[in-house]
Amino acid sequence: MDIEASITPSDTMSQDRRVGAIAFVVMVALIAIAPFFAYPFFIMQAMCFALFACAFNLLIGYANLLSLGHAMFLGLAAYVCAHAAKVWGLEPVSAIALGVAASAALGFVTGALAIRSAGIYFAMITVAFSQMVFFVCVEAPFTHGEDGIQGVPQGKALGFIDLSNPWILYIFVSVVFLFGFLVVQRAVNSPFGEILKAIRENEPRAISLGYRTLQYKLAAFVLSAVIAGLAGATKALVSQNASLTDVSFSTSGEVVLMTLVGGMGTFYGPVIGALIVVSMQNYLAQFGEWVTVIQGMVFVACVLAFRRGIVGELAALAKISL
Amino acid sequence: MNLFGHTITMPELFGQLLIGLINGSFYALLSLGLAVIFGMLDIVNFAHGAFYMMGAFAAYFLLQYTGLNYWWALILSPLIIGAVGAIVERLFLKRLAGFDPLYGLLLTFGLALIIQGLFQNYFGASGMPYAIPKQLTGAYNLGFMFLPVYRGWVILASAAVCFATWLIIERTKLGAYLRAATENPTMVRAFGINVPRMVTLTYGFGVALAAFAGVLAAPITQVRPGMGADIIAVVFAVVVIGGMGSILGSILTGFVLGVVEGLTKVFYPEASNTVVFVIMAIVLLIRPTGLFGRAA
Repeated sequence: MDIEASITPSDTMSQDRRVGAIAFVVMVALIAIAPFFAYPFFIMQAMCFALFACAFNLLIGYANLLSLGHAMFLGLAAYVCAHAAKVWGLEPVSAIALGVAASAALGFVTGALAIRSAGIYFAMITVAFSQMVFFVCVEAPFTHGEDGIQGVPQGKALGFIDLSNPWILYIFVSVVFLFGFLVVQRAVNSPFGEILKAIRENEPRAISLGYRTLQYKLAAFVLSAVIAGLAGATKALVSQNASLTDVSFSTSGEVVLMTLVGGMGTFYGPVIGALIVVSMQNYLAQFGEWVTVIQGMVFVACVLAFRRGIVGELAALAKISL
Repeated sequence: MNLFGHTITMPELFGQLLIGLINGSFYALLSLGLAVIFGMLDIVNFAHGAFYMMGAFAAYFLLQYTGLNYWWALILSPLIIGAVGAIVERLFLKRLAGFDPLYGLLLTFGLALIIQGLFQNYFGASGMPYAIPKQLTGAYNLGFMFLPVYRGWVILASAAVCFATWLIIERTKLGAYLRAATENPTMVRAFGINVPRMVTLTYGFGVALAAFAGVLAAPITQVRPGMGADIIAVVFAVVVIGGMGSILGSILTGFVLGVVEGLTKVFYPEASNTVVFVIMAIVLLIRPTGLFGRAA
């Protein structure tokens, strides 16, 4: 029994690692061939939202923190990146870095205030903060209110990678997405991630084991803000604009939907979920407000009957971890 | 008076104070409903704004299609929308008992999207006017300002309903059952009280409070599909500031924050949309459980 107990975990671990490696290779391959079958702009948009959902999932999936205001990070980073690229004429990588830095700072301030509350209080506080950021964006002169920042130049990354070439931009966005995805995966699989999961399962016990749980949760929140900011800043370069939609409450709701549909607490769930929700928006656009109704119905269906999401259900069927 | 470079006249000051009190009335009714529902069901009702909007629409429909006037709407709309709430509880929320309360939040969030999307489909984004009942038109001259009768009525009606709710929960036998069931539902069930029915009725009652606020708001803000979504984030902030533990706390916080928002419009208009959130941040810094809340 003892021997078995000591072998089984490492066995499943190496199996998990193999499955994870295969899944990652499949995803890279799909990204590589996707532009031959679908509109590249659409795929890039989907990758930005997928990264955004991965950032959100880091909180809900591994720390059980439901942030209902995550659009503030996506939107702020998009505005800062767009402003830096257009008005200050910065090259894209520095503009993205500035956007991410702004998002990280916002994540630190709001996180430090919100993290002391848990559960639904935390969710309500994040709603309120994101609404505050929204109103600031409406009023602040540099965001240009309802017009947003239009015609953001894509420029030459690091001075020589010409992002105005659609193919190069596609590769650039893919690299950013895969980098962010791996950062989230690495964080979850690190000792830091294990502590987060321990806090999720039983916070008092984690405290009694000597962990400063607030600091770990805050670190997770800031990391999530950084990844969401990376997604937002990249999105601003892809769509060449930053607008109030990016900071709006509906965007915060959409990222919850993406993660819920795909599967909370799975690596690939948010990616699949983002692809589905972005497709829904694209292909159902002519139905106007019906998209909101459909999204709401998917929400209700997922919560009532489908809590593990698509990837979660598949992984449970195949008894693997994705 | 001269502040921040612009002159403030007395009528302007009192005018904004009045608007603040009106908004405060809505915040108080809505956060009270949220607190009642939270106390009993342990969920945050994200669809609260949507029910508030439905309350206003119910008043509009009653007038358009059945000719029932404002006073009927004031009674019927909360009853109808409250019944809708009770059905929602029985059909959906009940199934989530025993799961993480976050699922309740997500479910009501989805419901809010459905309701709001449907109304937006049929009525667009623009508002429909709802006339002030003729008994409440006109204004009183208070000497220092004119008080429109309807606005005075809204403040009084809301304060009265809030007070009555507090009285029921804190001072009656029914309220005692309710509070007992909040503490220990199993024990209360053992005494032969139908707790599931009480939960359904409580949810319906909280929703009815939102609908009542919606009817009160209809002549002031126009009847719009987006009216609930606009107010819900502020109401959440009010709830966080007041703390979920106290009925009286949520009423007081609602009124006070409405007034603070009104005063901000006078002295520093640019911040009037954000002031409640800034106060929330400060309160969280000093008292993470809210002003009237108990420690979790």
